[in-house]
Amino acid sequence: MTKTKFDPIAEAIADVEGVPEAFAEAFKGPEGEKKPRELVIICYSGDLEKTWASLILATTAAASGVPTRMFLTFWGLQTFVKDEVRITGQNWMQKMMAVMQRPGISHRKLSKMNFLGMGPWMMGKLAKQHGIAKPKELLEAAIALGVELMPCQMTMDMYGLTKDDMIEGMGEPVGAATVIELLANGAAPLFI
Amino acid sequence: MSVLDIAVQVDARGLSCPMPIVKTAQAVRPLAAGALVEVLATDPGSQRDFVAWCRATGNELVEQTTEGTVHRFVIRRK
Repeated sequence: MTKTKFDPIAEAIADVEGVPEAFAEAFKGPEGEKKPRELVIICYSGDLEKTWASLILATTAAASGVPTRMFLTFWGLQTFVKDEVRITGQNWMQKMMAVMQRPGISHRKLSKMNFLGMGPWMMGKLAKQHGIAKPKELLEAAIALGVELMPCQMTMDMYGLTKDDMIEGMGEPVGAATVIELLANGAAPLFI
Repeated sequence: MSVLDIAVQVDARGLSCPMPIVKTAQAVRPLAAGALVEVLATDPGSQRDFVAWCRATGNELVEQTTEGTVHRFVIRRK
């Protein structure tokens, strides 16, 4: 009998191991069984609370054997820039955008009551007290569970983002047509 | 403890949604069909979540008990 211990949270996330194949494979039923409905989360907002919700749903869906994709667009794409990358963009205006709104999952702001970072700091404290995984930890779990991250090509161009700016585990950039095809084929959409 | 032949134990005590489910899914994945997993969780929402998760994944919820604030689930891998 092997025992897996998951206390404190950081440790819990650390032993989420990489899964090479899509996680849904693990729960694949016998031949001919009904295919699980797919989920597409359109991450449009870069707000802390919405990013958090998106990642909770994405990890849970993937853990439930639902093939899950996240389409990262507009402010939602900035969330998936590496934390340590401070300035992104090729021209002054794109760089200015990054100065005004720091990219990266650990630098999200609350849409309400941000109070110069006091709000997010308190959210982080409360999360820790209540054993709630933070967005960065959930993102790592999501990638390990096989959630497919699809950056929006148009947003990449608009912000002047390069592949090197983005976190590891990112898929190839796609456009709206890719998302629409998934939805037309029956994937459940969430626009967050 | 029960007489069941538990293959893996998941201690998700103190963890909140969605980590008990995420950790359980990770623990179940490498096991052979029919293997049993025991989960301990203190998240009150887990009582309904594990029922739903088992229905969604096709794994079988063999036992569900509560002792104090700790909820215990025994799940048979599909």
